Amino acid sequence: MAVIRDMMPAFELFQPTTTDEALGLLDEYRERAWVLAGGLDSFDWLKDRVKRPAAVVDLGGVEALRAIRPAGGGLEIGAMATLREVSRSPDVRERYALLADAAEIVASPQIRNQGTLGGNLAQDTRCWYYRDGWNCYRAGGTICYADTPTAMNREHCILGASRCVAVNPSDTAPALVALDGELEIHSSGGTRVVAAEDFFVGPDVDIMRMTVLEPGDLLTAVRLPDTWAGARFYFEKSRDRQVWDFALAAVASAAKITNGTVEDIRIVVNGVAPTPLRLRASEDAVRGRQLNDEVAARAGEAAVQGVRPLNHNGFKVALLRNLVMRAVRGGEA
Amino acid sequence: MADYKLIGKPYETADLVAKATGRAKYAEDFRADGMLFAKLLVSPMPHGRVRSIDTSAAEAMPGVEAILTADDLPAADAPNETSLTNEPKYEGEPILAVAAVDETTAADAIEAIRVDMEPLPFAVDPLDSLRPGGPDARLDGNTMINRELATVKWNNVDWAAIDNGELPTDGEISEEWEVGDVEAGLAEADMVLDEVLFHQSMGHQPMETRTAMAYWQNGKCYLHVSTQSTLRTHGFAARGIGIAPEDLVLVSEYCGGGFGSKIFGFIQMNIPALLSQKAGKPVMMRITRQDEHFIGRARPGLQGRVRIGFRRDGRITAMDMFAVQDNGPYGQSGDFVVWPDMASLMYMPLSHRFRGISVYTNTPPRSPQRAPGGLQAVSMFAPLMQKAARQLDIDPLELIRINAPAGQAKIGRPDENGQQGNVTSAFVAEIADLAEQDLDWPAMRARSGRRNGSKVTGVGVALSSFNAGAWGMDGLLTIRPDGKVYIQQGIGNLGTESVFDTARVAMEVLQTDWEQAEVIWGDTSKHLPWSTVQAGSTTTWAHTRANQAAGEDAKRKLQEIAARDLGGSADDYDVADGRVFRRGARSTGLSFAQAAQRAIELGGRYDGHELPEDINAVTVGAATALAGLGLMGVAKDNYAVGGRVISHAIGIAEVEVDLETGAVELKDYRVATDVGTVINPRTLAAQLHGGGIQGFSAALAQKWVYDRRWGLQVSKRFYANRPPTFLDVPHEQPLQWAAQDKPDPFSPVGAKGVGETAEGAGSGAVLCAIADALGDGYFNRTPLMTDMILTKLENLPPAFSRLAAHV
Repeated sequence: MAVIRDMMPAFELFQPTTTDEALGLLDEYRERAWVLAGGLDSFDWLKDRVKRPAAVVDLGGVEALRAIRPAGGGLEIGAMATLREVSRSPDVRERYALLADAAEIVASPQIRNQGTLGGNLAQDTRCWYYRDGWNCYRAGGTICYADTPTAMNREHCILGASRCVAVNPSDTAPALVALDGELEIHSSGGTRVVAAEDFFVGPDVDIMRMTVLEPGDLLTAVRLPDTWAGARFYFEKSRDRQVWDFALAAVASAAKITNGTVEDIRIVVNGVAPTPLRLRASEDAVRGRQLNDEVAARAGEAAVQGVRPLNHNGFKVALLRNLVMRAVRGGEA
Repeated sequence: MADYKLIGKPYETADLVAKATGRAKYAEDFRADGMLFAKLLVSPMPHGRVRSIDTSAAEAMPGVEAILTADDLPAADAPNETSLTNEPKYEGEPILAVAAVDETTAADAIEAIRVDMEPLPFAVDPLDSLRPGGPDARLDGNTMINRELATVKWNNVDWAAIDNGELPTDGEISEEWEVGDVEAGLAEADMVLDEVLFHQSMGHQPMETRTAMAYWQNGKCYLHVSTQSTLRTHGFAARGIGIAPEDLVLVSEYCGGGFGSKIFGFIQMNIPALLSQKAGKPVMMRITRQDEHFIGRARPGLQGRVRIGFRRDGRITAMDMFAVQDNGPYGQSGDFVVWPDMASLMYMPLSHRFRGISVYTNTPPRSPQRAPGGLQAVSMFAPLMQKAARQLDIDPLELIRINAPAGQAKIGRPDENGQQGNVTSAFVAEIADLAEQDLDWPAMRARSGRRNGSKVTGVGVALSSFNAGAWGMDGLLTIRPDGKVYIQQGIGNLGTESVFDTARVAMEVLQTDWEQAEVIWGDTSKHLPWSTVQAGSTTTWAHTRANQAAGEDAKRKLQEIAARDLGGSADDYDVADGRVFRRGARSTGLSFAQAAQRAIELGGRYDGHELPEDINAVTVGAATALAGLGLMGVAKDNYAVGGRVISHAIGIAEVEVDLETGAVELKDYRVATDVGTVINPRTLAAQLHGGGIQGFSAALAQKWVYDRRWGLQVSKRFYANRPPTFLDVPHEQPLQWAAQDKPDPFSPVGAKGVGETAEGAGSGAVLCAIADALGDGYFNRTPLMTDMILTKLENLPPAFSRLAAHV
């Protein structure tokens, strides 16, 4: 049968106004349900008819999911807060500027007005083979089209690949991991809280999804503990143009520095692996040391140990090394 | 500049409020009772033959009303395309169309159709097709030789060298010419650059995808279509539908961009008309962004080699240009022959040679795109000029001056007698002065090499010249008893506003307020005169002249009527402020309203019942329909031609390149231009800036990507093609421009077009600036992106050949 793209098929659209109502729908439809937040990831899938949910649960009317409020010394951000709201929130900006910076650099102003934090975190990969409906590993097939001799994989993995070489494209994800954030997930079975670092799933664990979210699950909020509030932050996103582009590589770091000595640091990168990646070797190269260019360079070198670039993305190795070096060095991104 | 009443003054165009408030109706905004929607079934493979189509399941679906296939259409002569085909030659080529009660039903119907296809050989890179034993994109050949389809393989060429990124020039080509003795010119040069070059193919990506809606009433077809040109789309559309032009009414008051991809509308615009005929209901076809990627046209890429000889003083002795054009599967694009034409003008080499071939590929069809061949010339050659300037220790702006065309400079390919043509004017040295003095190139240049942490500043300058005029069109206006001047315009409303700007010339001739003018445009039932295409930057030159002619004709008739009624001779009268009056006795005269009434009473040539013999038949029809409504000004542009009309621009750009991330930030862009007389400074600025921005994107970002194994495009999403956005523009300070505002001597108004010239200035300046920042790290390839810069800075092995297409 012929294929047609860029034309949304019919589906049942539900527009609940409460979390419980949404959960009820997700429970009812399970695998056949699709959670719709801002729609920036969803509409591509739906319009291209590659994903064919029977029911779409639009969270746009669930006001409770949009709040940004202090919680337990830290901050709780509703999953449906828009990226603009996150980046402009005084609470976020004042104490967690890393997340504000990350949210502020996503895509374009229009997309930030529409896109949500939850959606940005839970979004699917942008591998163009997979998204165009090629029957790859991630789609349930038996090949990775992005890792063949002729594959166009400039935007793909240099680390952590396992059959699939797609990367996680989220800008806010590395910031959240660096801030040691947590995600609150509701389902009809109850509520669980997952560390940001554990929220993202690589192909070695499950090749067909990007996060721990399962059918029936609803990401409701992001929690930022006070652990890293007000730390020295660094966020930088490398991209081909300064707007409306995904990261070729991005780095987020939070550091506690006393008298020039790095007491503690978290360095997280994205766009280079199937998940946001915490670079412990780089952190170890820096922690407890006096901050200087040599230490920063060492952290950069540690970041690229074990890289396996593909045919078209060797440049990402240098990019990753330099971004990590810059993150340690600090200053203006 | 002359003391004009309207010319050169900003004003509010007639469409401004409608556009700003959303009241403007584009093709897809129209509705008709019972309207159906069409969707396309497109090829999933780069080249294949349809063995069979089973539409039974689709036809059985409720709401599906008509299906159109290639079998319903007349065949086209090779190598031209039809709007539907049984032998698709690129991924995304339309095979059939379905009309249904709504788009969802039409799309669902397409999913229910079974198309059995035989895959055929394909080529996405022209060099793959030239390789011995390589695939041909078409079953009837891979190129055109002497206007015939042919198959060319480079059997005698060192393919190991090509695989190594070299481009030997001994393969068979289809076009060749030489002016002077290039080898001698190279031999006498003090320095020769010998470079391999690559320019990408890139889609047009207008914001408004192509749309057409059609219905039939009493045997006439009404077509609402997104097109650049109005009048000149009419005949093409009628032919595509298979009806006489008089049986087609074409409406296109607004067009959301075309950049050359909608000059005559688009080939598939007949689909809704033919579906409507079948279904007996109106049919709307809105092209999706994804389909736009495929059928929306693209600029041909070029793989090139150039040798340029320089004397020590900077004068260019010779240019030897060789190009392989990536043509797509249909027609033949002219870019590869315009490329050397423009180089021969911009750099005035004492001798030059061109050799080239255009090769069919199974990639989207090509069409002219803003400065076809001209953009490629600037983007590919300007960085080499900068390289030469550095090696010769000459300011690159000075190198432009040294080789600048001036006056009626010679251009391009010689005719059969060996004679080159000439341009009407070239004030390039003057705009170099503007770039230096008004735009302060020396201050920008002084910032070259400045370090800011890991960032280094680079500055660049590029000359861009391109076509800017056509001639011989007709002007048509009527001054009616309501006192207004109705100016008929057959060009389109593409957003350049030339449809209004050029009409002002008629009012200038009549020395009458713009508020007294009504511009009639965008609907072929409104009696439009013979016009140029809304393309090729032709409209400003063509229709300032045509409207000057019509204005002068009207003025003369006003004078004659006044003389007849009020005594004296026609020359005793002048026209201004909506009146014709006796010189020195302003109160003795007629208002336009009175004169219009008199013209109707007099009839004959005064009210359009007698027409000039030299106007186009289209204008005769339009004028005949308007005859008797008032005093008619109607005339053909018979002003002296003088040569090819070319406008010029010099762009200067400043970038910061981050040596650690390869990021390029455009900090400043300024442009000086020679467009002759400035008609409207606002629209000129919009073209200079808009074109410049499109150039930035051509230099830095926009491309498409194919997987060669499958011949399929992977960069289908809009963001993945990276067309420019306003946030890609320097935002620390506004873009600056300056115009030398000297009239071209071969037009009464002296105004030239600018839309296309503007793009190369942006692209070339940015590419030169990056080259300046990175020292001798020249790339000779566009778009110049992060990966290429980092690969160079880190001395990494290149990921692909420098000649590789669609990477």
